[in-house]
Amino acid sequence: MKTLIRNGHVIDPGRFNGKADVLIEGGKIAAVGAKLLVKGDNSSHVTVIEAKGLWVCPGFVDLHVHLREPGFEYKETIATGARAAVAGGFTSVCCMPNTRPVNDSRSVTEFILRQAASAKQAHVFPIGAITKGSDGNELAEIGELYDAGCVALSDDGRPVMQSLIMRRAMEYALAFNLPIIDHCEDLSLAEGGSMNEGLVSTELGLAGIPSAAEEVMVARNVALAELTGARLHLAHVSTVGSVRLVREAKSRGLAVTAEACPHHFSLTEEAVRNFNTHAKMNPPLRTGADVQAVKEGLRDGTIDGIATDHAPHAVQEKQLQFDEAPFGIVGLETALPLVLNLVEEGVLSSEQAISKLTCAPAQVFALPKGTLALGADADVVLIDPDHTWVVDPSRFQSKARNTPFTGWTMKGRVMKTIVGGEVVYDSP
Amino acid sequence: MGFKRKDLLSIASLAPEEITLILDAAEPFKEVSGREIKKVPALRGKTVANLFFEPSTRTRASFELAAKRLSADVINFSPSASSVMKGETLLDTARNIEYMQADIIILRHSSAGAAETLARAVRSSVINAGDGWHEHPTQALLDLFTIKEKKSGFKGLRVAIVGDLAHSRVARSDIRALTKMGAEVLVIGPPTMIPPYLDRLGVKISFDLDSALPGMDVIIMLRLQLERQGRSLFPTVREYSRLYGLTPERVRLAASDVLIMHPGPINRGIEIAPEVADSPSASILDQVTNGVAVRMGLMYLLSQLN
Amino acid sequence: MDPVTNKADTLLMDAHEMGRALTRIAHEILERNKGTADLALVGIRTGGVYLAQRLVQLIQQIDHAHVPLGELDITLYRDDLALRKNQPVLRKTTISFNISDLRIVLVDDVLFTGRTIRAAMDGLMDLGRPAEIQLAVLIDRGHRQLPIRANYVGKNIPTSRDEVVRVFLEETGEHDRVSTLKE
Repeated sequence: MKTLIRNGHVIDPGRFNGKADVLIEGGKIAAVGAKLLVKGDNSSHVTVIEAKGLWVCPGFVDLHVHLREPGFEYKETIATGARAAVAGGFTSVCCMPNTRPVNDSRSVTEFILRQAASAKQAHVFPIGAITKGSDGNELAEIGELYDAGCVALSDDGRPVMQSLIMRRAMEYALAFNLPIIDHCEDLSLAEGGSMNEGLVSTELGLAGIPSAAEEVMVARNVALAELTGARLHLAHVSTVGSVRLVREAKSRGLAVTAEACPHHFSLTEEAVRNFNTHAKMNPPLRTGADVQAVKEGLRDGTIDGIATDHAPHAVQEKQLQFDEAPFGIVGLETALPLVLNLVEEGVLSSEQAISKLTCAPAQVFALPKGTLALGADADVVLIDPDHTWVVDPSRFQSKARNTPFTGWTMKGRVMKTIVGGEVVYDSP
Repeated sequence: MGFKRKDLLSIASLAPEEITLILDAAEPFKEVSGREIKKVPALRGKTVANLFFEPSTRTRASFELAAKRLSADVINFSPSASSVMKGETLLDTARNIEYMQADIIILRHSSAGAAETLARAVRSSVINAGDGWHEHPTQALLDLFTIKEKKSGFKGLRVAIVGDLAHSRVARSDIRALTKMGAEVLVIGPPTMIPPYLDRLGVKISFDLDSALPGMDVIIMLRLQLERQGRSLFPTVREYSRLYGLTPERVRLAASDVLIMHPGPINRGIEIAPEVADSPSASILDQVTNGVAVRMGLMYLLSQLN
Repeated sequence: MDPVTNKADTLLMDAHEMGRALTRIAHEILERNKGTADLALVGIRTGGVYLAQRLVQLIQQIDHAHVPLGELDITLYRDDLALRKNQPVLRKTTISFNISDLRIVLVDDVLFTGRTIRAAMDGLMDLGRPAEIQLAVLIDRGHRQLPIRANYVGKNIPTSRDEVVRVFLEETGEHDRVSTLKE
């Protein structure tokens, strides 16, 4: 069984950028090159995919999604989340452990992997909890989580406040070479807040979450990473100060990596003005200066990759009042065009943009993904970079509809997604 | 120009001309409130729903009285008496009220933006009677009305707003209203109670009451929410009162004809000394009277449109 | 000049006639009430207020007595309040005396359907309990929709329903006159 992707523009960041065909055989990348299999090939056993005018890229890798299963299936399931992933071009997603029960044990990790396998959509890589129940007090059985298949550790959304626990987690994880991810938020500084603390929160009378709530934890974590030598990955950095701290940490050679979310470089706190709960997320939308800093961080490599923090919620939950509604937006199906905006704006080259979605994040968690190297899993996405479309959440593959981008005209669309050589998504 | 809005949600969204229009509309109702028979048939057959998700005696009574003096029928909803406790959302509750053909819904809610959310969802007119720390527009309107009665105009008028600016919807609405009308506003409070970038709303900021008071034409004292003690906003009520309480000595620092206001209910001896609250300079009870007239004027204008 | 008034503008009453009519009404008021004791005039905003002021002056000239004058805004009592497209301008009612037990002469410029007078009477009743309410109008143009009749009429003018009768007064910067125009 062979598949030939023909006449496309292949962007395999750092490896190849130009017109080429891609041959897939047995679910693996068999060849990338000009005019593959032109002569003497009996097309009966080759599926040919015409990719003229399209970009052919490695499938995207998302280091940060919430798939809600087990426990919150009314928001999203592993199947619907993985379906949303491939619709957005993501062939690998790493799912956070804040489910019910929390993914702090082998049984939950194995359950997630089983559900993902039966969904046959994107690859799902579970992230295990740092502490039991993510309650910040006692380490989870990290060795068992590693054995079961967890690729990183995090208490995302319920950040580890006790510095000693964080230190021990970092040290212990070294035994398995697992990265520690932190959602950096000093919960006492952020207490009660529902948006960025600044002019808009002052005007609207909403309790604010100051940039410092994020930055003090970035600084603490960097210091602990230096102390322990751990692999530290900072989730969704959103402020000028965080970017500066990460840049400084990297310049000193620490094993610190960082991700940014499309909404944090596409929107500012101004989006909250009409109390739109779809503009409520954590970290909150920040100021124009913060947006610039995130873009600069992406440009100069301070921020390694782009992750969506896909956080589905049910319609009725986002119908609550702004301060009562839960944090989070869905991101998988709108990420690509928002990233391509950075190309349009001249922040990134197209190859850099694709790398932020593919090989760069894959490297952060050392996943064998995000590449079209010979023998790699044939996870491929076909993109029409010029296709414009209007965001209509009712057409999302995700169960959830909570996006602030409704009605936006987007440029760039996923036309086809291939996972392990199989076409799992075809743009309607 | 006429009043063309379905709702009154905030002062921030109003043009100065609209504020003037509401204040002018309130005038005749002040006269009505002074009559033997304090009732006119302007809203006969209309229904006004008081939807109060937060405890409030004064504001609710003021709206109820205003509606009744306009001959409207009034229904009162409060969370303990309704199905809110059973998990019904604000929107569901409001839609129910809408389908009881309420013409005007008066909403008090602890969440900023509640009135705006509600107004988008229902056809009824919505009046924001206080949403979280966001706004309390009718309080600002009655404050303006009271100032207008006692002072020649707003242009260049020096107004001090003293207290917890960060957690006060009254302060936000007053700042918007006064600056729109051309007054010079100085806010005074401990730095922990001044929200970031407040100066961008066109006010000056001071942390020292004594040096700020000279020349003030109006002093608006905000209620100290005593439950905030222990949240590190101020060390003790004693110290707050010593630094930011309005005493007779401090009143003497301001202009000789200074007008002293307070949205009520007052904490006697904490943010305002009893001698000050009861002095002829204080218009705290005039504010209460004017509140009814302003709310009548507003409901009259809204009912005319729909 | 209001361009509307130039079109099909028919003069019904000139300044002299208006002066004579008001003088006659002043005399009739004094005669009917046997002087000015317990008497007060209340003009209906806005046209009726100027006419009431003139009547107070005329009574002063005739009888050397001062009659209290009030101004009544009937907007809040209108029965078409909910039907109108434009918000009527709210004005203040200024009646500085207690109307209870007084004989009140309501003054308006034109008596037409009677609905304004109905509203004015309701408005007055909310202010107290007058001993009597009388009605003085400059023009009665007929077409009553309520059982209301004026005690003092400057001039009866038969009109068709779609005509517009307008009273112009010096107080508003016009020459005193009454005109009619077809709509």
